[in-house]
Amino acid sequence: MSVADPILRRGEVTIRDLSKSFTLNGRRLNVLRGIDLAVGGGSSLAIVGPSGCGKTTLLRVLAGLEEPDAGEVLVDGSPVHGIGHQRAVIFQEPRLLPWLTVLDNVAFGLEVRGTPRRDAREKALRYIRLVGLAGFETAFPRQLSGGMAQRVGIARALTVQPEILLLDEPLGALDAMTKLTMQEELARIWQEESVTMVLVTHDLEEAIFLADRVLVLSKDSAIPPRLIDIDLPRPRDRSAPAFVELRKTLMAGFGLH
Amino acid sequence: MTLQSLDPVVFRPISWAALLQAGRTTARAALSRYGLLAAFLVFWEGASSLGWLNATVFPPLHLIVAALWDGLASGALVDDIAISLQRAGLAYAAAIVLGIPLGLFMGQIRAVEQALDPILQFFRQTSALALYPVFILLMGLGEASKVFVIFWATLFPILLATIGGVKEVDRKLVEMARTYGATRATVFLRVILPASVPQIFVGLRLSATTALLLLIAAEMIGANKGLGFQVMNAQYNFQIPLMFAAIFLLALLGLGANYALVTLQRRLCRWADAA
Ligand SMILES: Nc1ncnc2c1ncn2[C@@H]1O[C@H](COP(=O)(O)OP(=O)(O)OP(=O)(O)O)[C@@H](O)[C@H]1O
Ligand SMILES: [Mg+2]
Repeated sequence: MSVADPILRRGEVTIRDLSKSFTLNGRRLNVLRGIDLAVGGGSSLAIVGPSGCGKTTLLRVLAGLEEPDAGEVLVDGSPVHGIGHQRAVIFQEPRLLPWLTVLDNVAFGLEVRGTPRRDAREKALRYIRLVGLAGFETAFPRQLSGGMAQRVGIARALTVQPEILLLDEPLGALDAMTKLTMQEELARIWQEESVTMVLVTHDLEEAIFLADRVLVLSKDSAIPPRLIDIDLPRPRDRSAPAFVELRKTLMAGFGLH
Repeated sequence: MTLQSLDPVVFRPISWAALLQAGRTTARAALSRYGLLAAFLVFWEGASSLGWLNATVFPPLHLIVAALWDGLASGALVDDIAISLQRAGLAYAAAIVLGIPLGLFMGQIRAVEQALDPILQFFRQTSALALYPVFILLMGLGEASKVFVIFWATLFPILLATIGGVKEVDRKLVEMARTYGATRATVFLRVILPASVPQIFVGLRLSATTALLLLIAAEMIGANKGLGFQVMNAQYNFQIPLMFAAIFLLALLGLGANYALVTLQRRLCRWADAA
């Protein structure tokens, strides 16, 4: 397969000189300042940094949920404004509609986009299987565990077959064990679906496990973010010396040991 | 990764002992639920028949049942039921038709809601019964003022509950729908409306009770038909069993309305109590 083929490698994200500030209690807060970044189509980027440094803000700008003050976001070379069909967002909470079954929740995104209900459901079934929830199609969200609910949210996002998957701490609310399994699932899904993945996380190990590159934002927006390549073979092994070494280096960068 | 699957349903052969056991359980449940009510009725009948109670004020139950039967068989009470249902039903339906759409609209537009809220609170706090004389002045003592006073009293619980329901919709769900490109209309139909249904039902049930209350009050003042009128009229004419028969029918009406609403709510909100 030719990696350079532009048709096979859609979902390229470019950020140019992006700035975003908020006004909070009359004070101007520069959250992001002059961010430049290119995320190759089909690659995966993790965004890490201390709480309040603007990870969610950056992701929301990419999703089109916030307008930047300056700069622009390009998808496959064209500037995008607002929400677009190439992108799907997975939030920290599953955000399922409690009155819909698992099947209808997963089909929701496609239905909203005008796919006939029948086709949407058929496609939804496929992704329900992909996230390992076959047999739970008729369950209501109340009947699911946290991890299962998040899988439904992931299936819903995948069903619309986005080029770019934007995830904001998608596993942040899960217990440690479920989190590990879900990380493996995400790695598998990312490879099977050949989708560009931008993942906000506060878990360095998760970032190293899943990402091709890690973007480290600082609390002070005047300090430009660092970009770290994760040159480890896949599937990744958390106990491999190179993995452990990289984790140590990154932790030290945060002033942690 | 494997997921635990749902437990398979186990079928057991039917055994008479098990059936008997099930019957006993049902009987016990019925006894614990309706036992006290039955005891109360038996006490009434006995105490009144034996003269422990003043039988002119509390006639024995069999006389009340007889009066009820006579009234229904002769059609006199049936007419009263019909006209009462018509008044309350018309007013309630009008309150729903106006209140729910208006509430859905107001709940979504902040400026409208904020501008109208003080007026709504003021009207809500003004007892509809106190306004009844005003409505009589405006519309006369006929059907119009009766229906209107019930409509007025039932409108506000429905309207306020609907507004509350819409305002309490989880903004995160709305945002989720928007990320899939949902238009305002789609967000309304697929997120805001279904999310508001439980709250709307709170208003509907509150209003059903209010409707009955206002119905009785309106029929006691200047009416010559209806169950509320019949309660008053029977008392004037000292037909005490008939009076209790009318009271019983009013209670039944309330129970029926509540039962219908609860059943509808269960069907529409199956998701909310799926255990
Ligand atoms: N809508 C908003 N209005 C005002 N200020 C905001 C808004 N959204 C975010 N901020 C501010 O922007 C800064 C960055 O917020 P953001 O949510 O992007 O942080 P984060 O890196 O995701 O943090 P965390 O790791 O805690 O999720 C914070 O100081 C926050 O107070
Ligand atoms: Mg965040």
